Amino acid sequence: MKKIRITKTTIIVHVIAWFVALIWILPFMGVFMASIRPYGEIIHGWWNFSSFNPTFSNFIGAWNHRNFPLSQGVLNSLIVAIPSTLIPLFVGALAGYAFARFSFPIKNYIFLTVVLLMALPQQSVAIPLFQMMMKFGLIDNFLSLILVHSAWGLPWIILFMRNFFSALPVEIEEAARVDGASYFKIFYKIVLPMSLPALASVTVLQFMWVWNDLFLALIFIYSDPMKLATQRLLYIGRAGPYHLDWSILSAASMIVMIVPILMFVLLQKYYIKGMVGWTIKG
Amino acid sequence: MIIFVVFPILNTIYISFLSSEGEFVGLENYANVIGSKDIFNLENFPKGPPLGAFVHNMIWILIHLPLSIVSGLILAITLRDVKGASVVKTLVFLGMVTPMVVGGLIIRYTFEKDVGIVNGLLYFIGLGDLAKSWTAYPDTALFALIFGSVWLWTGFSMILYSAGLATIPKDYYEAAKIDGASAFKTFFRITLPLLRPITVTVVTMTILYELKIFDIVLVATYGGPGKASSVLAFQMWLYAFRYFEFNRAAVVASLLTVLTTIVTIPMIRFMVKR
Repeated sequence: MKKIRITKTTIIVHVIAWFVALIWILPFMGVFMASIRPYGEIIHGWWNFSSFNPTFSNFIGAWNHRNFPLSQGVLNSLIVAIPSTLIPLFVGALAGYAFARFSFPIKNYIFLTVVLLMALPQQSVAIPLFQMMMKFGLIDNFLSLILVHSAWGLPWIILFMRNFFSALPVEIEEAARVDGASYFKIFYKIVLPMSLPALASVTVLQFMWVWNDLFLALIFIYSDPMKLATQRLLYIGRAGPYHLDWSILSAASMIVMIVPILMFVLLQKYYIKGMVGWTIKG
Repeated sequence: MIIFVVFPILNTIYISFLSSEGEFVGLENYANVIGSKDIFNLENFPKGPPLGAFVHNMIWILIHLPLSIVSGLILAITLRDVKGASVVKTLVFLGMVTPMVVGGLIIRYTFEKDVGIVNGLLYFIGLGDLAKSWTAYPDTALFALIFGSVWLWTGFSMILYSAGLATIPKDYYEAAKIDGASAFKTFFRITLPLLRPITVTVVTMTILYELKIFDIVLVATYGGPGKASSVLAFQMWLYAFRYFEFNRAAVVASLLTVLTTIVTIPMIRFMVKR
């Protein structure tokens, strides 16, 4: 009797779980279907298969868009995202190490400030940054985005790396110091190789954050050829003020989101570790 | 970091007290902005949106916070003993890694008349009369976006709760079972209290997300129709980078700074206590 009841609930739980997954994936299915079918076919719903002619033309159309080619957008986004990931990764790892291993008087206050800074929206800094970049002539220049993204990513990277380094055993480093190795050498020869998983987490999260950003791109980049991939989604597929060509727009969306999604699927372990790490183990 | 983060925050607050000519005007901008219909539009109060960006953010929190957290928790608990749970988790979590711009587009597409699956399902269950472009009407636009954002964000609480559940020792549940505790009681006496640190984090991060909503609104409705789905972060951008009214925008930005600080302080105190 008891055994039957268990299997029953098990079945129900499985059905519910997979039903939820189905509901969750439906909007993505819609985008995928719209992107591989001509717009004429999906105006009565992408679930309507009375005629089904998969095509690659939407992707080509978005990639080589006349005014806003997504190819250029992807390239621009990479030019911004790669340095915006590497710079704070490098600086944040060093600073995090300092926070974890050396004590100085106002350390705790700095630490709390860092947590608070992580919480603020970019709107809180947008106006002075815009005026500053204007003064330096860095509007419409990727350098402004790279600088701000790096600075903006630092607080959580420092916090995350500090937590990671604090959990590493000090004994190995102490042994190395006894053997006469310098701090610098210890950091590069011993600490860094041990922290590769943490560095991977930081890389994945920060890269995705920069790639997915729209707000900073909107306030710093104005000319069409400079526009990043996310910005171009505001222009591609516009057939009029209220009319959207969902096929070409879906193809463009697929291209923009495939980068973070692939990164997530391939590096899921590091992504989740990073996410759980910087939110919970403060 | 001080140049690009700390100074701009303080400078924004300073600008919010200046007139457009740069004179110190005290709280005049605040009175102007907070008194404007963009932020509080209480005339419409019982009728529905547009109610002002601030009120919209509060509605967002009121609906999105309980929905996304409870569904994330339920998913995390249910998926503990489901075959293929990691696939389900990955699918639910996709919303979190998708760029918010794309998320906003998908929400609009999903709620659009004829092409969107929401209306397709309405036809399917015989409620075809209700089908419309949900994001194009003032009374439904805000709510369509809120439900869409629940879809995007649930993966967050699910993943954090899953990680938290994994740290609860199995013995506790076995002991509860031996003592004859019901599943209900086990949940409220063991699971929930042990997940408290995670709940603090999830609630804080979720409110922060709700206060920062920007991309979704911009791309799906542009705050419309008639400001019916505008939120603070979006209104700030409109003031600053569409109308170039930096002082008014600085007021909204400072408001956001204060709100996020108020939300974060309890979490910091909680972290320090531990």
